[in-house]
Amino acid sequence: MTLVGRIAYRTSMFVLAIAAIIGAWELYKLIGPQGGGKFFGVSILPRANNNAMPHVWDMFSRFGRPEVRGSDRKIWVVVLSGAWFSLRLSFVGFLLGSTVGVGLAVLMTRFRIVQRGLLPYLVMSQTVPLIALAPLVVSWGGKLEIGSFVWPRWLSASILGMFLAFFPIAVGTLRGLASAPSAAMELMESYAASWKQTLFKLRFPAAVPFMVPAFKLAASGAVVGVVVAEISTGLKGGIGRLIIEYAREATGDPAKVFTAVFGAAALGLTMSGIVAVSDLLLMRNRPKETTT
Amino acid sequence: MKKQTLKMAFAGIAVMSLFVAACGGSSETVTQETTAPVTEETAAPVAECITPTPVKLQLQWFTQAQFAGYYAAQDQGFYADQCLDVTILEGGVDIAPHVVLANGEADFAISWVSKALAGREGGANIVNIAQIFQRSGTLQVSFKDKNITTPADFKGKTIGNWGWGNEFEIFAALTKAGLDPAKDVTLVQQQFDMAGLLAGDIDAAEAMTYNEYAQVLEAVNPATGALYTPADFNVISYEAEGVGMLQDAIWADGARLSDPAYVDIATKFVAASIQGWAFCRDNTSACRDIVVAKGSKLGASHQLWQINEINKLIWPAASGAGMIDAAAWDRTVALSLEAKNLEGGTVLTKAPDAEAHTNDIVTAALALLAGMGVDTNGAAYAPETVTLLEGGN
Repeated sequence: MTLVGRIAYRTSMFVLAIAAIIGAWELYKLIGPQGGGKFFGVSILPRANNNAMPHVWDMFSRFGRPEVRGSDRKIWVVVLSGAWFSLRLSFVGFLLGSTVGVGLAVLMTRFRIVQRGLLPYLVMSQTVPLIALAPLVVSWGGKLEIGSFVWPRWLSASILGMFLAFFPIAVGTLRGLASAPSAAMELMESYAASWKQTLFKLRFPAAVPFMVPAFKLAASGAVVGVVVAEISTGLKGGIGRLIIEYAREATGDPAKVFTAVFGAAALGLTMSGIVAVSDLLLMRNRPKETTT
Repeated sequence: MKKQTLKMAFAGIAVMSLFVAACGGSSETVTQETTAPVTEETAAPVAECITPTPVKLQLQWFTQAQFAGYYAAQDQGFYADQCLDVTILEGGVDIAPHVVLANGEADFAISWVSKALAGREGGANIVNIAQIFQRSGTLQVSFKDKNITTPADFKGKTIGNWGWGNEFEIFAALTKAGLDPAKDVTLVQQQFDMAGLLAGDIDAAEAMTYNEYAQVLEAVNPATGALYTPADFNVISYEAEGVGMLQDAIWADGARLSDPAYVDIATKFVAASIQGWAFCRDNTSACRDIVVAKGSKLGASHQLWQINEINKLIWPAASGAGMIDAAAWDRTVALSLEAKNLEGGTVLTKAPDAEAHTNDIVTAALALLAGMGVDTNGAAYAPETVTLLEGGN
């Protein structure tokens, strides 16, 4: 299939999937119980009324109306600028996470003792709830002063993005670095290649297929971290803050909160899109059979 | 062969770091918007002001009319008149103002009294220096057909509450009505909206007069197609039930109160804040516009309603705004000691020491304001009638 054909196919499938979701939503609204379905007193079927599930067209038309009455800012402008703000924070978090993740993976590959000592703690670190960590990071950041560097509040959100991003990268890269075929390793040894040469010429190229999915996971992880941190610490300007601010108005304006949720979804898609595109660029010289 | 791949990667990293640099630069402007430059010049009571003292105020929640007085004082230059450069820090879901204050990351904090006293009992040396809200604004709202008109009617019902220390009055009312929170009622955690009440999941929902109660009045009644009206609901006011607990107060760092310079800053800060609240009492619409301009996402009619309801909690202030009323303080402490929660525990285990609150600073602040001709009693205050629009817009 040509590239253009593939893109056209992918796009049409994407549109089809969206249409199917919209159809399912509206169908459920049509036939679902207005007051929700209860089974032995436990609510199992969601309510289909307009408060809980606004019509799709209500949500989308909300994008075109002003955020609050009298304001000349349409809601799509607000959501877009919020998503852009969070995207930049997520990107910083993602880059920090990549650096830390790859760094740890290299360290763990180089020294087995580090791997055995560190890996359990890395796994454990991911069990700490993000909302418990968020106020702490903000608090530490507020106290930190290195020379003239003042910790900006947004950096705390990026750090939490990093916290979720580094783990899949560390584990994925570690696995990838170890995946170089032993015949190739022996060949490098026979060339008297240094560890560094082996790392860059053999191990990293071999690790790419493992790293790409890890980076994709990390990208969405960074978004989640940043959005949760924004909600938790009340950081202004981002999509997380919009979600909670609009959620307060869900009683009177239920469609509004969905506009922010769509913004967050678009943000996650953009982040993994960035990774997918760079994957395409990095992998284009790779022989096809090893990538699949 | 693989050289190109590596080159690509390095190029990518270079581009990314540029992106980050650009990112840092532009974000800076966003974080700095809270320190709005004060330009307005009014009759300055302070003789000379060369470098304003930086002061950080930590709020309990996002920008909204609940904190209008502080924003008005910032916007109208009342803080600048006192030679203060006030930065207002917004709260968040997980930000506890008294913790921020005790950690030294803010100079003053706004917090409810019972919550802050629980923090003080936990070791945070914080002191109430001005009781801005003289009355409690907590309600329990239910539909008329549920017939819940007193806390005693909570028996057997599903009662919504927010948790996080905002639920103490509910426990106080239950204890007073002789009900056991663990057995006689079903307590459920409530969201930030009132959807649970409207959907019937909650029989009686916790609501602030200035926020959530307005939210239900901004929602469309599917039965009539028009907005809900107060006639659709029974409202229990904890203040009227005699279990109201003191809410928004200005808290200071107790360790620094022995420093005369800090006391001086505190006095000026409290004075300018009260001046801000007096401004909001007399100029509700202007005050609403200040809050909206500070980036509140709530609609204009909702904000106006909120200012009006907040004014009712502050004014009239018989002994002067910010004065800590001994009876109300003692009631708050007594309820914090008596009211049993789900686990049978109480908010406080022992009465706070006398250092937990002081009227010295607010007395000095009121004297300062009297010299400037600011009305700090609002004896003639009369609330307005605000019409809410759909969605608060």
